[in-house]
Amino acid sequence: MKRWRSLVFILILGAAFALSGCGNKDNGKNEAGTNKGSTATKSSQDTLILGRGGDSASLDASIVTDGESLKIAHQVFDSLLEYKEGTTEVQGSLAESWNVSDDGLKYTFKLRQGVKFHDGTEFNADAVVFNFNRWNDPKSPYKFEGDSFDYYDSMFGPDGKRVIKEVKAIDASTVEFTLNQPQAPFLQNLAMTSFGIGSPKAIEDKKENFKNEPVGTGPFVFKEWKRNDSITLEKNSSYWKAGLPKLNKVIVRSIPDNSARFNALQNGEIDLMEDLSPDDLASLKSNTALQLIERPSNNVGYLGFNLKKKPFDDVKVRQALSHAVNKQAIIDAFFAGQAVSAVNPLPPSLWGYNDSIKDYDYDLDKAKQLLADAGYPNGLPGVITFYAMPVSRPYMPDGKKVAEVIQADFEKIGVKTKIESPEWATYLDDAQAGEKDDIFMLGWTGDNGDPDNFLYTLLDKDAIPSNNYSYYANDKLHELLTGAQQETDQGKRADLYKQAQVIIKEDAPWIPLVHTTPLLAAKANLKGYVPAPTGTEYYSNIYFE
Amino acid sequence: MKSYILKRLLIMVPVLIGMTIIVFSIIHAIPGDPAETILGQKATAQSKEALREQLGLNNPWYQQYFSYMGDLIKGDLGQSIRTKIPITKEITPYMAATAELTIAAMLFAIFFGVNAGIISAWKQNSWFDYISMLVALIGVSMPIFWLGLMEQWIFALKLHWLPSIGRMDQRNPVESITNLYVLDTIISGQWNQLWTVIKHLILPSVALGTIPMAVIARMTRSSMLEVMGSDFVRTAKAKGLSQFIVVYKHALKNASIPVLTVIGLQTGALLGGAVLTETIFAWPGVGRYIYEAISSRDYPVIQSGILIIAFIFVMINLIVDLLYAAVDPRIRYR
Repeated sequence: MKRWRSLVFILILGAAFALSGCGNKDNGKNEAGTNKGSTATKSSQDTLILGRGGDSASLDASIVTDGESLKIAHQVFDSLLEYKEGTTEVQGSLAESWNVSDDGLKYTFKLRQGVKFHDGTEFNADAVVFNFNRWNDPKSPYKFEGDSFDYYDSMFGPDGKRVIKEVKAIDASTVEFTLNQPQAPFLQNLAMTSFGIGSPKAIEDKKENFKNEPVGTGPFVFKEWKRNDSITLEKNSSYWKAGLPKLNKVIVRSIPDNSARFNALQNGEIDLMEDLSPDDLASLKSNTALQLIERPSNNVGYLGFNLKKKPFDDVKVRQALSHAVNKQAIIDAFFAGQAVSAVNPLPPSLWGYNDSIKDYDYDLDKAKQLLADAGYPNGLPGVITFYAMPVSRPYMPDGKKVAEVIQADFEKIGVKTKIESPEWATYLDDAQAGEKDDIFMLGWTGDNGDPDNFLYTLLDKDAIPSNNYSYYANDKLHELLTGAQQETDQGKRADLYKQAQVIIKEDAPWIPLVHTTPLLAAKANLKGYVPAPTGTEYYSNIYFE
Repeated sequence: MKSYILKRLLIMVPVLIGMTIIVFSIIHAIPGDPAETILGQKATAQSKEALREQLGLNNPWYQQYFSYMGDLIKGDLGQSIRTKIPITKEITPYMAATAELTIAAMLFAIFFGVNAGIISAWKQNSWFDYISMLVALIGVSMPIFWLGLMEQWIFALKLHWLPSIGRMDQRNPVESITNLYVLDTIISGQWNQLWTVIKHLILPSVALGTIPMAVIARMTRSSMLEVMGSDFVRTAKAKGLSQFIVVYKHALKNASIPVLTVIGLQTGALLGGAVLTETIFAWPGVGRYIYEAISSRDYPVIQSGILIIAFIFVMINLIVDLLYAAVDPRIRYR
């Protein structure tokens, strides 16, 4: 009997909890009200809460390649060079100035003096040498189990084919890089977040744990990481850029669901959100307490053909299908106008973009004609497996819906497709193996503002099967792209890339679909946020009005 | 009773071993390469191969299984492939977050479900009966995802009564001691914080608790109706006991076995719903921990995470069975 009474007691207690929540309207209202008030007045707010879709995988910039990890690392580490805010133009950061030898093989950097790592140790030439040796030497004692320096390998060549031969400290504030061969985008590459300089002492002391407690020279000091929940950064009060950062604290929260994230922004629980769904654009615009921030377009969403399989090894078939996609209709329907129709793999904002290339126009008769020329007067036989992305990406918010529209268009020229959307990890695996899919949808966001990062990385024969999921190989193109890597004159490089785009257009290994403008939303009183085309920006200029 | 408990505990061993085999085979049957997902789309082929080698993923599956079991017997759940942190250490805060959420959800579900069911049975065919059964019907058929977003829209966005995401106010964080924030704030006597933490709990636990509440309400009602018609209730009434005592004391006790069963089953089922709720409300719980692990093919985390959940499920069943035995002594002699 007693047991029974205690159960009843627990139930009543539970009810009290539940009711106290529902009943106390005034209290809740007041609190929300004061929140609002505090942000509207000339603000003393010095904490930014940012909401994003996913968590970081690691906080050590050099061992990751995913955007979510790099965003945080970017606040903690400085590289020798950096991109000017909002662009991909290179300027000095930890290196104040530099000299390049005439043969393009020696780079001498003058380092900024008086800079300290967050742990109080001095930043100097030895620190730079330490970091580059760590990335360069496959047997480095500071390459911890399971780590790989993928960006170092892909930007400066894998072991055995390294671009960087040696990094040497001339004196405490001078570093000399000797290269094995000239590399045109060398400075562009050095400015990437992945080559942020970490404190050698912290790496030595923390070892494996450095990836959870990073120490750099950046504007913010790493404070705490609650996985899948939040990362807290605090102001580096002795940051070398005078007067920065303006904020005292930045809390980056992972809120996976797009709508929930937007709800949290509207409710004042976060100040800034990434990846606004185009569907929410109208409701954002009607809310005067919020503002829209547009990230410069630096990506491409595309439909790739699997050239390993028949009949997609036939260029006529690929061209025929290229005529059968109504890109503008897709943009109008699913991108709320926040995208432009793509002609080339390269976004138009990049130098080297060939604007004299004409796109395959949407013309179903021409498509049928080309199919007939290729020997398929009645359309393609069988059913084509069409891989549509199961996840939302900045370059493709809803892959499945877009695929359905394309499917309907293909049907009109006698090409039957079945859409498949396996889970993301499987999707990437399958696309890379090229066994199951006939056509697939994917995209890319540029890392460093160099055309090489799109054209060579995605379409050169060297990139099979790493990122060239189309298995597209063209020797002429390979010659142009590798030639452009060795050329140091940007004008000449631009020419080579323009020629390369002509070949790619003719061969049509992809149907480039869109270049999107990724959207962010923030409270109206948040100022100084300048979105970067690479997707990683400093939070140091942000403040609240 | 002791031997009954012991017998039940022993049965758990083969069940759990069976679980490890099933989970292990399923995970290894999922296509998708951990190295690819961990290192990302932009990683090189060599580094992926090196990682696979390091993780022992190139070994035959039975070798992987036995080395996993070997560690498990030593109490070592292994370490996450992605973060390199021992799982036993990593999973604790997630478990606490989920525990807090499920307890709150169950308290909500049990209180409202049981009472609605009792009153509906007591006042059968009254307006209360019709309405509560209609609500229960809607409750069971409501997708958690939709319900969660609706709650956010109404109670956070429109009315500003409650926060829409997370476990606490990030501008004024709670110091974690046990990771159960309700408990932590009570221990440290921060009553304002306690209120904030409870406010954060309300929307997700209502979203998560709605389906169990509806199921419990319907089960309580039908079970009560059955008991209310029986002889001993008539006797009790004839003795002149008040209606309240008859219903809550005599009838409810006898109607409670099936209700306990549903409560147990629903608590287990909550663990499934928790993934969705945790996603919508950005609740850093074990559901999302496993979900993230699945997306990145973090085998050890998936294995251990599911194993722990299975363990909890089995434990809940055990507790329910023991409660039966306590409520109805005949059961333990069967």
